[in-house]
Amino acid sequence: MTKHSDETIKSTFPMPALHRREILALGAGGLLAASGLSARAQTKAAPPPPAKPTGQVVVGLSQEPTAFNPLMPGIEVDETVWMQVFNTMWLADPQGNLIPDLAVEIPSEANGGISEGGLAWKVKLRAGVTWHDGTPFTAEDVKYTLELINAPGFKSRTRVGHALVKDIKVTGPLEITWRMEKAYAPYLALLSNTFIVPKHLLEKATDPNTAPFNGAPVGTGPFKWGTRQPGDNITLVANEKYHGKGPYLEKAVLKYVPDQTALYAQFRTGQVDLIIGTGIPANFYEEAKKLPGRKVVMIPNASLEILMPNLENPVLAEKAVRQALYASINKQAIIDIIYYGTHKPTESFAPQESWAYNPNLPKQQYDLAKANKILDEAGWKRSGSGVRMKNNVPLEFAVSTTTGAALREQCQQLMMQDWQQVGVKMTINNMPAAVIWGDFYTRSKFQSLLVGTAFRTVIDPDPASRFASDAIPAKNGSGANQMQWQNAEVDKLLKAGQETFDQAKRKEIYWKLQEIAREELPILPIFQYAPIEGYKEGLIGFEPNINARQNTWNMGSWYWAR
Amino acid sequence: MSTFLVQRLMQALVLLLIVSMIGFAILHLAPGGPLSQFAASGEMTQADLDRIAEQLGLNRPLPVQYVEWLWRMLRGDWGLSYRDQQPVLHIIASHIGATLELMLTSTLLAMLLGAWIGILGAIKRYSLFDSLATIGAMIALSIPTFWFGLVVIYVFSVGLGWLPSGNRYTIGDGSLLNQLHHLIGPCIVLALVSTAVWSRYMRSSMLEVVNQDYIRTARAKGLPERSVLLRHAFRNALLPMITITGLHVPTLLSGALVTETVFTWPGMGRLFLDSISYRDYPVVMGILMFTAVLVLLGSLIADLLYGIADPRIARNG
Repeated sequence: MTKHSDETIKSTFPMPALHRREILALGAGGLLAASGLSARAQTKAAPPPPAKPTGQVVVGLSQEPTAFNPLMPGIEVDETVWMQVFNTMWLADPQGNLIPDLAVEIPSEANGGISEGGLAWKVKLRAGVTWHDGTPFTAEDVKYTLELINAPGFKSRTRVGHALVKDIKVTGPLEITWRMEKAYAPYLALLSNTFIVPKHLLEKATDPNTAPFNGAPVGTGPFKWGTRQPGDNITLVANEKYHGKGPYLEKAVLKYVPDQTALYAQFRTGQVDLIIGTGIPANFYEEAKKLPGRKVVMIPNASLEILMPNLENPVLAEKAVRQALYASINKQAIIDIIYYGTHKPTESFAPQESWAYNPNLPKQQYDLAKANKILDEAGWKRSGSGVRMKNNVPLEFAVSTTTGAALREQCQQLMMQDWQQVGVKMTINNMPAAVIWGDFYTRSKFQSLLVGTAFRTVIDPDPASRFASDAIPAKNGSGANQMQWQNAEVDKLLKAGQETFDQAKRKEIYWKLQEIAREELPILPIFQYAPIEGYKEGLIGFEPNINARQNTWNMGSWYWAR
Repeated sequence: MSTFLVQRLMQALVLLLIVSMIGFAILHLAPGGPLSQFAASGEMTQADLDRIAEQLGLNRPLPVQYVEWLWRMLRGDWGLSYRDQQPVLHIIASHIGATLELMLTSTLLAMLLGAWIGILGAIKRYSLFDSLATIGAMIALSIPTFWFGLVVIYVFSVGLGWLPSGNRYTIGDGSLLNQLHHLIGPCIVLALVSTAVWSRYMRSSMLEVVNQDYIRTARAKGLPERSVLLRHAFRNALLPMITITGLHVPTLLSGALVTETVFTWPGMGRLFLDSISYRDYPVVMGILMFTAVLVLLGSLIADLLYGIADPRIARNG
């Protein structure tokens, strides 16, 4: 069980550097073969897709998609629907390259799409795209979408980046320009996740917040909205006039199965064709791999499991304490024993597949002697009870996490035992999800948290909303810096990283940021999530994409081998 | 009779108001809120969360929120779900069919089986059958539903492959046969516990009756045993069951939380559970009020039926 954590991921996803054109030339089946996903596909060429949309796929989800207007508040699972019904101007492929979708090219400083040092933007849009109701798609729709996000009464999901946009002008039926209040490089990535909505349908509604559209969305995507059985499933049907490749399936059913074990049982018995998202529970990994007729793989995503200290806590504020705590976390035991060898250890806040990932960070070693030494040197002396003290303050704090998250609760116990050995007293203070992720989390009322979260802006490596000094909600900041990290050098780097569009320069900046974070430990990274997803053999085209929010990103090009 | 009805209805209205107040207060005063589902992923900033809280009216004083909710409710507007953006009544309506289907079949099964076991147990008191039924009922009552549900899935769907492991129907196949096939698993699980309950009630109710004087009289005048039991004992033993049935009505419509979750049954129980975990206040309040109305209605109907079945009660009322 110990060895397969890293190896499996690498052997499953060698991820060769393919270019867009090659991907297109290879076709969906060829891509599968090239990425080594399917052993059979490597030896036997995948059959061609059907001429006409045929068959259906049933995707099992452990959360229910309920928000269908892609600009309104929703959770990750809602995006499985948005990705099918709507399109973005561009999207990212598994290697992180942006691919034009509703736009004809990605604006850059080289092609003149971005000018004046990032302040002026121009986008050319694709011709011949129609909404599902037959109305042609134009630049007016893009303008309407960007304006709606910032409209005062509209319940938009997030205005990060969009709030900087002004002077949106339609300069031709398929051309749009706007200006930015300041240069903001992550906006390209943000737009890769900004779905364009139809002006002609939403402007008719008296209030876009309650428009009928929100319950029966109309988009430009490969699948059209079909029916919804609340609490059970959503059925999408093929859009035969789709502007891109596919769709090859006649129907796509998103099936909600609330319990992860029940979902796995339905995958076993064949009632769902694939499980994505939260995936197959780790304890079934070994068994699932042996299921006949099923492919089961670990698929990394951008979320990290971390211990998040509150840096305003008198004990955790001290760097030496955090370093000692980090040295005495038995990561390998957590991964191998508690998580059944799934997920992969990490030192960085950036996902290991990102172009900005710094692979040279010092590797954490589980070393109790080192932890003891750090604490001794920092002046924390052992008291009679075994708990270290300094200036009459005991080395004691609470770790909180979601009640009922069994694996995290085991993780807490393991940490508690290890830390006890270095004279640290850890207590447990767990709460239900709706409680812990409310003010307790957002207003930094915790001492420390065991949490799975991401530190990037959509797919851009920029972590400013998590790490900048002006992003601390507990101090009236507007971001999500719940650990309350304040570091002048970090602030400077974050600003520089947003201002330049030069990827080489940005990489240098984010490498430096990762070094500082590894040294200062504003978060104690444990592992990068690589949940177990699975699908029925014969499904062609399924391709994990860490740069998409869900692995249904390319469902339009899925089909069944006949 | 009509004064009784008016009186009961007035009481019911006051009760509903109190229920709504307590429900609203507990729900909103519990820490956390509907925005926490967005916060954990770290994608939405505090500025976004604050803006949405304001747009939903969540940062206003609680009494103001309550009065506004009540006022809209009185005009028939149950509000919009935070999670779904759909009217609450629409959401309840779209889940109630599944619940009704499951609960009616399982209750019917449980009532028939329970009555039979109960009567037989009472007639042959302390027999082997009675002892087995008693022990069986105790076991059934103490088995946790979620565990039993998983066992049924494990044995009958994963192991033997006889039953589907959940869902109301196979996607793409909505035939009656397919639906009935899917109904078996959750029905067995739900009926197990209710059969135990019904059989216990039936047994004690029957025992009370068979020792009455009029039963002895009936036997004494030479009526066949079958007639004594069915015409005299059973009818009278059914009386208390009417109350129990009346009180059971709300359960029929509010669903079975655990069974619906284990068997992926898209009914009211699961809707309630999901809505609570997302803190979808309008939906939770909607279900609460809906259930409260059903409880009051159920007990009212039971009282009325009781009066019809037993003229002695009607005269007093």
